[in-house]
Amino acid sequence: MSRIVVHALEKSYGDARVLERVNVTAEPGEFLSLVGASGCGKSTFLRILLGQEQQSGGVVIIGDRPIVPEPTPQRGIVFQRYSVFPHLTALQNLLLVEDFRSGGPFGRVFGARRRTARQEAETMLERVGLAHARDLYPASLSGGMQQRLAIAQTLLGRPQVLLLDEPFGALDPGIRVEMHELLTELWIEHGMTVVMVTHDIGEAFKLGTRVLVFDKVRHDPQFPSAYGATITYDLKLDRKSRASARDVAEVAAMVGTTRLDSAIATTAS
Amino acid sequence: MLARGTGAAQTGTGANLASQLASVPKTRLRLINATVSRGGAVLLGALPFAAVAAVYLASSAQRLAVNANDKLLPSPAQMWAAFLDLATVPDKRSGDLILWADTYASLVRLFAGVGLATLVALLLGIAIGFIPRVRAFLLPFVTVVCVIPPLALLPILFIALGLGETAKITLIAIGVAPVMVRDIANRVMELPPELVAKAQTFGGNSWTMVLRLVLPQTMPRLITCVRLALGPAWLFLIAAEAIASTEGLGYRIFLVRRYLSMDVILPYVVWITLLAVATDWLLARLSRLVSPWAHPGSGK
Repeated sequence: MSRIVVHALEKSYGDARVLERVNVTAEPGEFLSLVGASGCGKSTFLRILLGQEQQSGGVVIIGDRPIVPEPTPQRGIVFQRYSVFPHLTALQNLLLVEDFRSGGPFGRVFGARRRTARQEAETMLERVGLAHARDLYPASLSGGMQQRLAIAQTLLGRPQVLLLDEPFGALDPGIRVEMHELLTELWIEHGMTVVMVTHDIGEAFKLGTRVLVFDKVRHDPQFPSAYGATITYDLKLDRKSRASARDVAEVAAMVGTTRLDSAIATTAS
Repeated sequence: MLARGTGAAQTGTGANLASQLASVPKTRLRLINATVSRGGAVLLGALPFAAVAAVYLASSAQRLAVNANDKLLPSPAQMWAAFLDLATVPDKRSGDLILWADTYASLVRLFAGVGLATLVALLLGIAIGFIPRVRAFLLPFVTVVCVIPPLALLPILFIALGLGETAKITLIAIGVAPVMVRDIANRVMELPPELVAKAQTFGGNSWTMVLRLVLPQTMPRLITCVRLALGPAWLFLIAAEAIASTEGLGYRIFLVRRYLSMDVILPYVVWITLLAVATDWLLARLSRLVSPWAHPGSGK
Protein backbone atom coordinates (compact mmCIF):
# COMPACT_ATOMS: atom_id res chain seq x y z
CA MET A 1 0.00 0.00 0.00
CA SER A 2 3.03 2.19 0.34
CA ARG A 3 5.63 3.33 -2.09
CA ILE A 4 9.22 2.38 -1.33
CA VAL A 5 12.03 4.61 -2.53
CA VAL A 6 15.63 3.55 -1.99
CA HIS A 7 18.23 6.08 -3.01
CA ALA A 8 22.04 5.67 -3.11
CA LEU A 9 21.96 3.03 -0.40
CA GLU A 10 25.30 1.81 0.94
CA LYS A 11 26.22 -0.69 3.62
CA SER A 12 29.70 -1.55 4.93
CA TYR A 13 30.91 -3.67 7.83
CA GLY A 14 34.24 -2.07 8.64
CA ASP A 15 36.31 -2.33 5.47
CA ALA A 16 34.01 -4.82 3.83
CA ARG A 17 31.47 -3.19 1.58
CA VAL A 18 28.31 -5.21 1.12
CA LEU A 19 25.97 -2.91 -0.79
CA GLU A 20 26.67 0.15 -2.88
CA ARG A 21 24.70 2.53 -5.06
CA VAL A 22 21.41 0.71 -4.63
CA ASN A 23 18.57 2.67 -6.22
CA VAL A 24 15.09 1.32 -6.60
CA THR A 25 11.53 2.58 -6.49
CA ALA A 26 8.62 0.25 -5.83
CA GLU A 27 5.07 1.36 -6.52
CA PRO A 28 2.31 0.55 -3.99
CA GLY A 29 1.14 -3.04 -4.36
CA GLU A 30 4.17 -4.26 -6.26
CA PHE A 31 5.72 -7.64 -5.44
CA LEU A 32 9.50 -7.42 -5.62
CA SER A 33 11.55 -10.61 -5.78
CA LEU A 34 15.20 -10.18 -4.84
CA VAL A 35 17.62 -12.82 -6.08
CA GLY A 36 21.38 -13.09 -6.12
CA ALA A 37 24.26 -15.34 -5.20
CA SER A 38 24.72 -16.31 -1.55
CA GLY A 39 26.29 -13.54 0.50
CA CYS A 40 25.54 -10.85 -2.07
CA GLY A 41 23.78 -8.66 0.47
CA LYS A 42 20.15 -9.15 -0.47
CA SER A 43 19.23 -10.21 3.06
CA THR A 44 21.17 -7.23 4.40
CA PHE A 45 19.09 -5.03 2.10
CA LEU A 46 15.93 -6.55 3.54
CA ARG A 47 17.11 -6.06 7.12
CA ILE A 48 17.80 -2.40 6.34
CA LEU A 49 14.26 -2.04 5.00
CA LEU A 50 13.06 -3.67 8.23
CA GLY A 51 15.11 -1.33 10.39
CA GLN A 52 16.98 -4.20 12.07
CA GLU A 53 20.22 -2.89 10.53
CA GLN A 54 21.22 0.63 9.60
CA GLN A 55 22.61 1.71 6.25
CA SER A 56 26.02 3.34 6.05
CA GLY A 57 24.79 5.82 3.49
CA GLY A 58 21.78 6.75 1.38
CA VAL A 59 18.13 6.94 2.24
CA VAL A 60 15.11 4.63 2.41
CA ILE A 61 11.68 6.20 2.13
CA ILE A 62 8.52 4.21 2.78
CA GLY A 63 5.24 6.06 2.32
CA ASP A 64 6.27 9.71 2.39
CA ARG A 65 9.09 9.85 4.92
CA PRO A 66 12.43 8.16 5.65
CA ILE A 67 12.10 5.05 7.80
CA VAL A 68 12.97 5.20 11.49
CA PRO A 69 16.07 3.13 12.24
CA GLU A 70 14.24 0.42 14.18
CA PRO A 71 11.46 -2.06 13.32
CA THR A 72 7.94 -0.60 13.46
CA PRO A 73 4.43 -1.84 12.67
CA GLN A 74 4.72 -0.13 9.27
CA ARG A 75 6.80 -3.07 7.99
CA GLY A 76 6.00 -6.73 8.67
CA ILE A 77 8.51 -9.52 8.35
CA VAL A 78 8.49 -13.29 7.85
CA PHE A 79 11.84 -14.95 8.54
CA GLN A 80 12.96 -18.40 7.45
CA ARG A 81 14.04 -19.40 10.97
CA TYR A 82 12.65 -18.29 14.33
CA SER A 83 9.61 -17.12 12.43
CA VAL A 84 7.14 -17.59 15.33
CA PHE A 85 7.34 -17.38 19.12
CA PRO A 86 8.12 -20.86 20.47
CA HIS A 87 6.67 -20.21 23.93
CA LEU A 88 3.17 -19.53 22.64
CA THR A 89 0.59 -21.79 21.02
CA ALA A 90 -0.60 -21.03 17.49
CA LEU A 91 -3.58 -19.06 18.76
CA GLN A 92 -1.53 -17.24 21.39
CA ASN A 93 1.00 -16.31 18.71
CA LEU A 94 -1.77 -14.53 16.80
CA LEU A 95 -3.25 -12.92 19.92
CA LEU A 96 0.19 -11.58 20.77
CA VAL A 97 -0.08 -9.16 17.84
CA GLU A 98 -3.03 -7.32 19.41
CA ASP A 99 -1.41 -7.57 22.85
CA PHE A 100 1.71 -5.81 21.60
CA ARG A 101 -0.27 -3.29 19.55
CA SER A 102 -2.27 -2.18 22.60
CA GLY A 103 0.97 -1.04 24.24
CA GLY A 104 -0.60 -1.29 27.70
CA PRO A 105 1.50 -1.79 30.83
CA PHE A 106 0.70 -5.52 30.93
CA GLY A 107 1.42 -6.21 27.26
CA ARG A 108 -2.01 -7.82 27.05
CA VAL A 109 -5.52 -6.76 26.09
CA PHE A 110 -8.57 -7.61 28.18
CA GLY A 111 -12.34 -7.80 27.95
CA ALA A 112 -14.14 -6.91 24.74
CA ARG A 113 -10.91 -6.10 22.96
CA ARG A 114 -9.54 -9.55 23.77
CA ARG A 115 -12.71 -11.20 22.50
CA THR A 116 -12.47 -9.27 19.24
CA ALA A 117 -8.80 -10.14 18.89
CA ARG A 118 -9.58 -13.78 19.60
CA GLN A 119 -12.26 -13.85 16.93
CA GLU A 120 -9.95 -12.21 14.44
CA ALA A 121 -7.18 -14.66 15.32
CA GLU A 122 -9.44 -17.68 14.92
CA THR A 123 -10.67 -16.41 11.56
CA MET A 124 -7.07 -15.96 10.46
CA LEU A 125 -6.12 -19.44 11.67
CA GLU A 126 -8.94 -20.85 9.59
CA ARG A 127 -7.90 -18.74 6.64
CA VAL A 128 -4.41 -20.29 6.61
CA GLY A 129 -5.70 -23.77 7.42
CA LEU A 130 -4.41 -24.06 10.96
CA ALA A 131 -7.69 -24.18 12.88
CA HIS A 132 -6.93 -27.73 14.00
CA ALA A 133 -3.56 -26.65 15.42
CA ARG A 134 -4.70 -23.68 17.46
CA ASP A 135 -3.52 -25.05 20.81
CA LEU A 136 -0.25 -26.59 19.64
CA TYR A 137 3.16 -25.12 20.33
CA PRO A 138 5.29 -24.34 17.26
CA ALA A 139 7.70 -27.15 18.17
CA SER A 140 4.99 -29.64 17.26
CA LEU A 141 4.08 -27.93 13.97
CA SER A 142 5.72 -28.88 10.67
CA GLY A 143 7.92 -26.36 8.87
CA GLY A 144 5.12 -25.47 6.45
CA MET A 145 2.61 -24.98 9.25
CA GLN A 146 5.05 -22.77 11.13
CA GLN A 147 5.52 -20.57 8.06
CA ARG A 148 1.77 -20.36 7.52
CA LEU A 149 1.42 -19.29 11.14
CA ALA A 150 4.21 -16.75 10.68
CA ILE A 151 2.52 -15.25 7.61
CA ALA A 152 -0.85 -15.14 9.39
CA GLN A 153 0.75 -13.45 12.39
CA THR A 154 2.51 -10.87 10.26
CA LEU A 155 -0.66 -10.07 8.30
CA LEU A 156 -2.59 -9.50 11.54
CA GLY A 157 -0.11 -6.70 12.19
CA ARG A 158 -1.57 -5.00 9.06
CA PRO A 159 1.80 -3.80 7.71
CA GLN A 160 1.99 -1.41 4.78
CA VAL A 161 5.00 -3.32 3.50
CA LEU A 162 5.51 -7.07 3.84
CA LEU A 163 9.12 -8.26 3.93
CA LEU A 164 9.89 -11.94 3.35
CA ASP A 165 13.37 -13.34 4.03
CA GLU A 166 13.53 -16.68 2.20
CA PRO A 167 10.27 -17.64 3.84
CA PHE A 168 9.93 -20.98 2.07
CA GLY A 169 13.62 -21.87 1.84
CA ALA A 170 13.40 -24.79 4.25
CA LEU A 171 10.19 -26.32 2.92
CA ASP A 172 9.55 -29.39 0.74
CA PRO A 173 8.71 -28.63 -2.91
CA GLY A 174 5.06 -29.73 -2.60
CA ILE A 175 4.45 -27.63 0.50
CA ARG A 176 6.22 -24.76 -1.23
CA VAL A 177 3.70 -24.71 -4.08
CA GLU A 178 0.86 -24.63 -1.51
CA MET A 179 2.55 -21.72 0.23
CA HIS A 180 2.93 -19.87 -3.08
CA GLU A 181 -0.81 -20.12 -3.66
CA LEU A 182 -1.60 -18.97 -0.14
CA LEU A 183 0.80 -16.05 -0.35
CA THR A 184 -0.51 -14.94 -3.75
CA GLU A 185 -4.12 -15.05 -2.49
CA LEU A 186 -3.27 -13.08 0.64
CA TRP A 187 -1.28 -10.55 -1.36
CA ILE A 188 -4.23 -9.98 -3.70
CA GLU A 189 -6.62 -9.72 -0.72
CA HIS A 190 -4.51 -7.25 1.26
CA GLY A 191 -2.81 -5.44 -1.60
CA MET A 192 0.32 -4.53 0.31
CA THR A 193 3.74 -3.94 -1.18
CA VAL A 194 5.88 -7.07 -0.85
CA VAL A 195 9.66 -7.46 -0.91
CA MET A 196 10.80 -11.08 -0.94
CA VAL A 197 14.35 -12.42 -0.81
CA THR A 198 14.67 -15.89 -2.29
CA HIS A 199 17.23 -18.39 -3.53
CA ASP A 200 14.70 -19.98 -5.81
CA ILE A 201 14.65 -18.24 -9.21
CA GLY A 202 11.46 -20.05 -10.19
CA GLU A 203 9.74 -18.79 -7.08
CA ALA A 204 10.98 -15.25 -7.79
CA PHE A 205 9.42 -15.27 -11.25
CA LYS A 206 6.27 -17.07 -10.19
CA LEU A 207 5.34 -14.76 -7.33
CA GLY A 208 6.91 -11.43 -8.17
CA THR A 209 5.67 -8.66 -10.38
CA ARG A 210 9.26 -7.60 -10.64
CA VAL A 211 12.57 -9.44 -10.30
CA LEU A 212 15.67 -7.66 -9.04
CA VAL A 213 19.10 -9.27 -9.24
CA PHE A 214 21.82 -8.28 -6.76
CA ASP A 215 25.39 -8.70 -7.95
CA LYS A 216 28.78 -7.04 -7.85
CA VAL A 217 29.69 -4.99 -10.90
CA ARG A 218 33.18 -4.03 -9.75
CA HIS A 219 35.79 -6.52 -8.64
CA ASP A 220 39.15 -6.02 -6.97
CA PRO A 221 41.11 -9.28 -7.15
CA GLN A 222 43.46 -8.13 -4.38
CA PHE A 223 40.66 -7.15 -2.00
CA PRO A 224 37.43 -8.96 -2.86
CA SER A 225 35.36 -7.10 -0.28
CA ALA A 226 36.36 -3.65 -1.58
CA TYR A 227 33.19 -3.31 -3.65
CA GLY A 228 29.63 -4.17 -2.78
CA ALA A 229 26.70 -5.54 -4.70
CA THR A 230 24.10 -3.44 -6.41
CA ILE A 231 20.99 -4.07 -8.46
CA THR A 232 22.24 -5.29 -11.82
CA TYR A 233 19.00 -6.38 -13.38
CA ASP A 234 15.47 -5.12 -12.93
CA LEU A 235 12.76 -6.94 -14.82
CA LYS A 236 9.10 -5.98 -14.63
CA LEU A 237 6.83 -8.95 -15.20
CA ASP A 238 3.34 -8.82 -16.56
CA ARG A 239 1.32 -10.96 -14.19
CA LYS A 240 -1.07 -12.03 -16.90
CA SER A 241 1.53 -13.56 -19.15
CA ARG A 242 3.99 -16.06 -17.78
CA ALA A 243 7.63 -15.13 -17.54
CA SER A 244 9.46 -16.35 -20.57
CA ALA A 245 11.86 -19.22 -20.13
CA ARG A 246 14.52 -17.02 -21.69
CA ASP A 247 14.22 -14.43 -18.90
CA VAL A 248 14.40 -17.15 -16.29
CA ALA A 249 17.48 -18.61 -17.94
CA GLU A 250 19.11 -15.20 -18.14
CA VAL A 251 18.58 -14.46 -14.45
CA ALA A 252 19.60 -17.98 -13.51
CA ALA A 253 22.87 -17.48 -15.34
CA MET A 254 23.50 -14.23 -13.45
CA VAL A 255 22.86 -15.79 -10.08
CA GLY A 256 24.85 -18.84 -11.04
CA THR A 257 22.19 -21.40 -10.26
CA THR A 258 22.74 -24.93 -11.47
CA ARG A 259 19.14 -26.01 -11.42
CA LEU A 260 17.71 -24.12 -14.35
CA ASP A 261 15.20 -26.86 -15.23
CA SER A 262 13.62 -26.85 -11.81
CA ALA A 263 13.50 -23.04 -11.88
CA ILE A 264 11.55 -23.07 -15.13
CA ALA A 265 9.32 -25.83 -13.80
CA THR A 266 8.52 -23.85 -10.63
CA THR A 267 7.69 -20.78 -12.69
CA ALA A 268 5.22 -22.80 -14.68
CA SER A 269 3.63 -24.51 -11.66
CA MET B 1 16.70 -64.65 -9.53
CA LEU B 2 14.50 -64.28 -6.50
CA ALA B 3 12.08 -61.96 -8.26
CA ARG B 4 11.47 -64.45 -11.04
CA GLY B 5 10.62 -67.34 -8.72
CA THR B 6 7.53 -69.56 -9.14
CA GLY B 7 5.29 -70.50 -6.27
CA ALA B 8 7.59 -73.25 -5.18
CA ALA B 9 10.63 -71.07 -5.50
CA GLN B 10 8.87 -68.38 -3.45
CA THR B 11 8.25 -70.71 -0.54
CA GLY B 12 11.86 -71.67 -0.94
CA THR B 13 12.94 -68.03 -0.59
CA GLY B 14 10.53 -67.63 2.30
CA ALA B 15 12.21 -70.46 4.16
CA ASN B 16 15.53 -69.07 3.11
CA LEU B 17 14.59 -65.67 4.54
CA ALA B 18 13.41 -67.21 7.77
CA SER B 19 16.65 -69.09 8.18
CA GLN B 20 18.53 -65.90 7.40
CA LEU B 21 16.50 -64.02 9.99
CA ALA B 22 17.14 -66.72 12.53
CA SER B 23 20.84 -66.39 11.97
CA VAL B 24 21.05 -62.61 12.21
CA PRO B 25 24.55 -62.29 13.58
CA LYS B 26 24.70 -61.07 17.15
CA THR B 27 27.13 -58.28 16.55
CA ARG B 28 28.75 -56.52 19.43
CA LEU B 29 27.63 -52.89 19.24
CA ARG B 30 29.93 -50.02 19.99
CA LEU B 31 29.81 -48.88 23.61
CA ILE B 32 28.13 -45.63 22.64
CA ASN B 33 25.35 -47.45 20.76
CA ALA B 34 24.53 -50.16 23.29
CA THR B 35 21.45 -48.83 25.08
CA VAL B 36 20.14 -49.85 28.49
CA SER B 37 16.65 -51.17 29.17
CA ARG B 38 14.51 -49.45 31.80
CA GLY B 39 14.98 -52.15 34.37
CA GLY B 40 18.66 -52.35 33.59
CA ALA B 41 18.98 -48.61 34.10
CA VAL B 42 17.33 -48.81 37.52
CA LEU B 43 19.62 -51.68 38.48
CA LEU B 44 22.75 -49.92 37.26
CA GLY B 45 21.72 -46.68 38.94
CA ALA B 46 21.16 -48.48 42.25
CA LEU B 47 24.53 -50.22 42.16
CA PRO B 48 26.73 -47.37 43.46
CA PHE B 49 24.31 -46.73 46.35
CA ALA B 50 24.30 -50.41 47.20
CA ALA B 51 28.10 -50.57 46.98
CA VAL B 52 28.58 -47.65 49.37
CA ALA B 53 26.00 -49.07 51.78
CA ALA B 54 27.63 -52.51 51.68
CA VAL B 55 31.12 -51.15 52.32
CA TYR B 56 29.81 -49.06 55.23
CA LEU B 57 27.81 -51.87 56.79
CA ALA B 58 30.74 -54.27 56.57
CA SER B 59 33.24 -51.80 58.06
CA SER B 60 30.82 -50.73 60.77
CA ALA B 61 30.04 -54.31 61.79
CA GLN B 62 33.74 -55.12 61.87
CA ARG B 63 34.63 -52.16 64.08
CA LEU B 64 31.66 -52.70 66.43
CA ALA B 65 32.63 -56.35 66.83
CA VAL B 66 36.04 -55.27 68.08
CA ASN B 67 34.72 -52.43 70.27
CA ALA B 68 30.99 -52.13 70.97
CA ASN B 69 31.44 -48.49 72.05
CA ASP B 70 33.13 -47.41 68.82
CA LYS B 71 31.80 -44.01 67.72
CA LEU B 72 33.31 -43.65 64.27
CA LEU B 73 31.09 -46.00 62.26
CA PRO B 74 27.80 -46.43 64.14
CA SER B 75 25.37 -49.13 63.07
CA PRO B 76 22.16 -48.21 61.21
CA ALA B 77 20.17 -48.98 64.36
CA GLN B 78 22.27 -46.55 66.40
CA MET B 79 21.93 -43.83 63.77
CA TRP B 80 18.17 -44.37 63.50
CA ALA B 81 17.82 -44.16 67.25
CA ALA B 82 19.80 -40.92 67.40
CA PHE B 83 17.86 -39.47 64.47
CA LEU B 84 14.51 -40.44 66.00
CA ASP B 85 15.61 -38.93 69.28
CA LEU B 86 16.36 -35.60 67.60
CA ALA B 87 13.15 -35.71 65.59
CA THR B 88 10.67 -36.67 68.30
CA VAL B 89 12.07 -35.98 71.79
CA PRO B 90 11.93 -32.31 72.84
CA ASP B 91 15.25 -30.82 73.87
CA LYS B 92 15.60 -30.64 77.67
CA ARG B 93 16.77 -27.06 77.69
CA SER B 94 14.75 -25.33 74.95
CA GLY B 95 11.85 -27.75 74.56
CA ASP B 96 12.29 -27.79 70.77
CA LEU B 97 12.28 -30.81 68.53
CA ILE B 98 15.86 -30.28 67.44
CA LEU B 99 15.71 -31.80 63.95
CA TRP B 100 12.69 -29.78 62.91
CA ALA B 101 13.93 -26.58 64.48
CA ASP B 102 17.27 -27.02 62.69
CA THR B 103 15.59 -27.85 59.38
CA TYR B 104 13.25 -24.90 59.62
CA ALA B 105 16.01 -22.45 60.49
CA SER B 106 18.26 -23.70 57.68
CA LEU B 107 15.58 -23.80 55.01
CA VAL B 108 14.40 -20.29 55.84
CA ARG B 109 17.98 -19.03 55.41
CA LEU B 110 18.53 -21.07 52.27
CA PHE B 111 15.32 -20.04 50.52
CA ALA B 112 15.62 -16.42 51.61
CA GLY B 113 19.15 -16.25 50.23
CA VAL B 114 18.44 -18.10 47.01
CA GLY B 115 15.14 -16.26 46.56
CA LEU B 116 16.87 -12.92 46.92
CA ALA B 117 19.56 -14.00 44.47
CA THR B 118 16.92 -15.19 41.99
CA LEU B 119 15.10 -11.89 42.13
CA VAL B 120 18.32 -9.95 41.63
CA ALA B 121 19.37 -12.29 38.81
CA LEU B 122 16.06 -11.83 37.04
CA LEU B 123 16.02 -8.04 37.32
CA LEU B 124 19.71 -7.42 36.60
CA GLY B 125 20.10 -10.28 34.13
CA ILE B 126 17.23 -9.12 31.93
CA ALA B 127 18.30 -5.49 32.17
CA ILE B 128 21.92 -6.32 31.29
CA GLY B 129 20.96 -8.74 28.54
CA PHE B 130 18.26 -6.65 26.90
CA ILE B 131 19.29 -3.00 27.30
CA PRO B 132 22.68 -2.07 25.78
CA ARG B 133 23.16 0.93 28.08
CA VAL B 134 22.62 -1.11 31.24
CA ARG B 135 24.97 -3.76 29.82
CA ALA B 136 27.73 -1.20 29.30
CA PHE B 137 27.08 0.14 32.81
CA LEU B 138 26.89 -3.08 34.84
CA LEU B 139 28.38 -6.04 32.98
CA PRO B 140 32.06 -5.25 33.80
CA PHE B 141 31.15 -4.80 37.48
CA VAL B 142 29.19 -8.05 37.67
CA THR B 143 31.99 -9.89 35.88
CA VAL B 144 34.49 -8.72 38.49
CA VAL B 145 32.18 -9.45 41.46
CA CYS B 146 31.77 -12.97 40.07
CA VAL B 147 35.39 -13.87 40.77
CA ILE B 148 35.46 -12.72 44.42
CA PRO B 149 35.43 -15.85 46.61
CA PRO B 150 32.24 -15.38 48.69
CA LEU B 151 33.67 -17.13 51.75
CA ALA B 152 36.38 -14.47 51.87
CA LEU B 153 33.58 -11.95 52.35
CA LEU B 154 32.12 -13.84 55.29
CA PRO B 155 34.16 -12.07 58.01
CA ILE B 156 33.27 -8.72 56.44
CA LEU B 157 29.59 -9.63 56.47
CA PHE B 158 29.73 -10.76 60.09
CA ILE B 159 31.49 -7.54 61.08
CA ALA B 160 29.22 -5.28 59.04
CA LEU B 161 25.87 -7.03 59.56
CA GLY B 162 26.36 -8.73 62.90
CA LEU B 163 26.07 -12.45 63.60
CA GLY B 164 22.31 -12.64 62.98
CA GLU B 165 20.26 -13.96 60.08
CA THR B 166 21.02 -11.01 57.80
CA ALA B 167 24.68 -11.90 57.44
CA LYS B 168 23.96 -15.56 56.63
CA ILE B 169 21.23 -14.77 54.10
CA THR B 170 23.42 -12.10 52.53
CA LEU B 171 26.31 -14.56 52.24
CA ILE B 172 24.13 -17.04 50.35
CA ALA B 173 22.70 -14.32 48.11
CA ILE B 174 26.10 -12.79 47.36
CA GLY B 175 27.56 -16.23 46.83
CA VAL B 176 25.14 -17.36 44.13
CA ALA B 177 23.70 -14.16 42.61
CA PRO B 178 26.59 -12.95 40.40
CA VAL B 179 26.84 -16.21 38.47
CA MET B 180 23.07 -16.28 38.07
CA VAL B 181 23.02 -12.70 36.82
CA ARG B 182 25.62 -13.51 34.18
CA ASP B 183 23.84 -16.66 33.14
CA ILE B 184 20.48 -14.94 32.73
CA ALA B 185 22.09 -12.01 30.90
CA ASN B 186 23.73 -14.48 28.51
CA ARG B 187 20.46 -16.27 27.91
CA VAL B 188 18.73 -12.98 27.12
CA MET B 189 21.52 -11.97 24.75
CA GLU B 190 21.12 -15.32 22.98
CA LEU B 191 17.46 -14.61 22.16
CA PRO B 192 17.12 -14.84 18.38
CA PRO B 193 17.26 -11.26 17.01
CA GLU B 194 14.54 -12.35 14.59
CA LEU B 195 12.06 -12.70 17.45
CA VAL B 196 12.99 -9.32 18.92
CA ALA B 197 12.65 -7.66 15.50
CA LYS B 198 9.32 -9.36 14.91
CA ALA B 199 7.94 -8.28 18.29
CA GLN B 200 8.83 -4.70 17.35
CA THR B 201 6.97 -4.96 14.07
CA PHE B 202 3.84 -5.65 16.14
CA GLY B 203 4.41 -2.47 18.14
CA GLY B 204 6.07 -4.02 21.16
CA ASN B 205 7.98 -1.53 23.31
CA SER B 206 10.93 -2.38 25.56
CA TRP B 207 8.71 -3.07 28.57
CA THR B 208 6.05 -5.17 26.85
CA MET B 209 8.78 -7.16 25.11
CA VAL B 210 10.30 -7.94 28.51
CA LEU B 211 6.90 -9.13 29.73
CA ARG B 212 5.79 -11.14 26.73
CA LEU B 213 9.01 -12.27 25.08
CA VAL B 214 12.07 -12.09 27.35
CA LEU B 215 10.51 -13.22 30.62
CA PRO B 216 8.75 -16.33 29.33
CA GLN B 217 11.71 -17.35 27.20
CA THR B 218 14.11 -16.91 30.13
CA MET B 219 11.99 -18.78 32.67
CA PRO B 220 13.28 -22.32 31.94
CA ARG B 221 16.86 -21.09 32.12
CA LEU B 222 16.15 -19.24 35.37
CA ILE B 223 14.81 -22.39 36.98
CA THR B 224 17.84 -24.38 35.79
CA CYS B 225 19.98 -21.60 37.23
CA VAL B 226 18.30 -21.92 40.63
CA ARG B 227 18.76 -25.70 40.57
CA LEU B 228 22.47 -25.27 39.88
CA ALA B 229 22.80 -22.49 42.45
CA LEU B 230 21.34 -24.62 45.25
CA GLY B 231 24.57 -26.63 45.49
CA PRO B 232 26.78 -23.61 46.32
CA ALA B 233 23.93 -22.18 48.41
CA TRP B 234 24.03 -25.20 50.74
CA LEU B 235 27.78 -24.83 50.98
CA PHE B 236 27.54 -21.18 52.04
CA LEU B 237 24.67 -21.96 54.42
CA ILE B 238 26.59 -24.66 56.26
CA ALA B 239 29.75 -22.56 56.34
CA ALA B 240 27.88 -19.61 57.85
CA GLU B 241 26.05 -21.79 60.36
CA ALA B 242 29.25 -23.55 61.37
CA ILE B 243 30.85 -20.26 62.32
CA ALA B 244 28.10 -18.34 64.05
CA SER B 245 24.70 -19.76 64.82
CA THR B 246 22.56 -21.24 67.57
CA GLU B 247 20.49 -23.58 65.42
CA GLY B 248 20.51 -25.01 61.95
CA LEU B 249 21.57 -28.20 60.21
CA GLY B 250 25.14 -27.00 59.66
CA TYR B 251 25.37 -25.72 63.22
CA ARG B 252 24.26 -29.09 64.61
CA ILE B 253 26.80 -31.04 62.57
CA PHE B 254 29.65 -28.85 63.68
CA LEU B 255 28.40 -28.84 67.30
CA VAL B 256 28.23 -32.60 67.70
CA ARG B 257 31.55 -33.02 65.91
CA ARG B 258 33.12 -32.15 69.29
CA TYR B 259 31.68 -35.34 70.75
CA LEU B 260 32.51 -37.47 67.69
CA SER B 261 28.76 -38.09 67.36
CA MET B 262 28.86 -39.78 64.00
CA ASP B 263 25.44 -41.24 64.82
CA VAL B 264 24.05 -37.71 64.47
CA ILE B 265 26.32 -36.36 61.73
CA LEU B 266 25.69 -39.13 59.22
CA PRO B 267 21.87 -39.03 59.43
CA TYR B 268 22.04 -35.24 59.20
CA VAL B 269 24.11 -35.47 56.00
CA VAL B 270 21.60 -37.92 54.56
CA TRP B 271 18.75 -35.63 55.64
CA ILE B 272 20.40 -32.62 53.94
CA THR B 273 20.90 -34.70 50.81
CA LEU B 274 17.23 -35.68 50.83
CA LEU B 275 16.16 -32.05 51.23
CA ALA B 276 18.42 -31.02 48.34
CA VAL B 277 17.16 -33.80 46.06
CA ALA B 278 13.53 -32.98 46.89
CA THR B 279 14.07 -29.28 46.15
CA ASP B 280 15.71 -30.11 42.86
CA TRP B 281 12.88 -32.44 41.87
CA LEU B 282 10.27 -29.81 42.76
CA LEU B 283 12.07 -27.20 40.66
CA ALA B 284 12.23 -29.58 37.70
CA ARG B 285 8.46 -30.12 38.04
CA LEU B 286 7.92 -26.37 38.32
CA SER B 287 9.80 -25.81 35.07
CA ARG B 288 7.54 -28.27 33.24
CA LEU B 289 4.52 -26.58 34.74
CA VAL B 290 5.56 -23.01 33.95
CA SER B 291 7.18 -23.60 30.53
CA PRO B 292 5.58 -26.65 28.94
CA TRP B 293 6.84 -25.48 25.53
CA ALA B 294 10.46 -25.90 26.64
CA HIS B 295 9.92 -29.55 27.56
CA PRO B 296 8.56 -31.26 24.45
CA GLY B 297 7.48 -34.79 25.12
CA SER B 298 5.80 -33.92 28.42
CA GLY B 299 2.21 -32.99 27.73
CA LYS B 300 1.46 -31.03 24.59
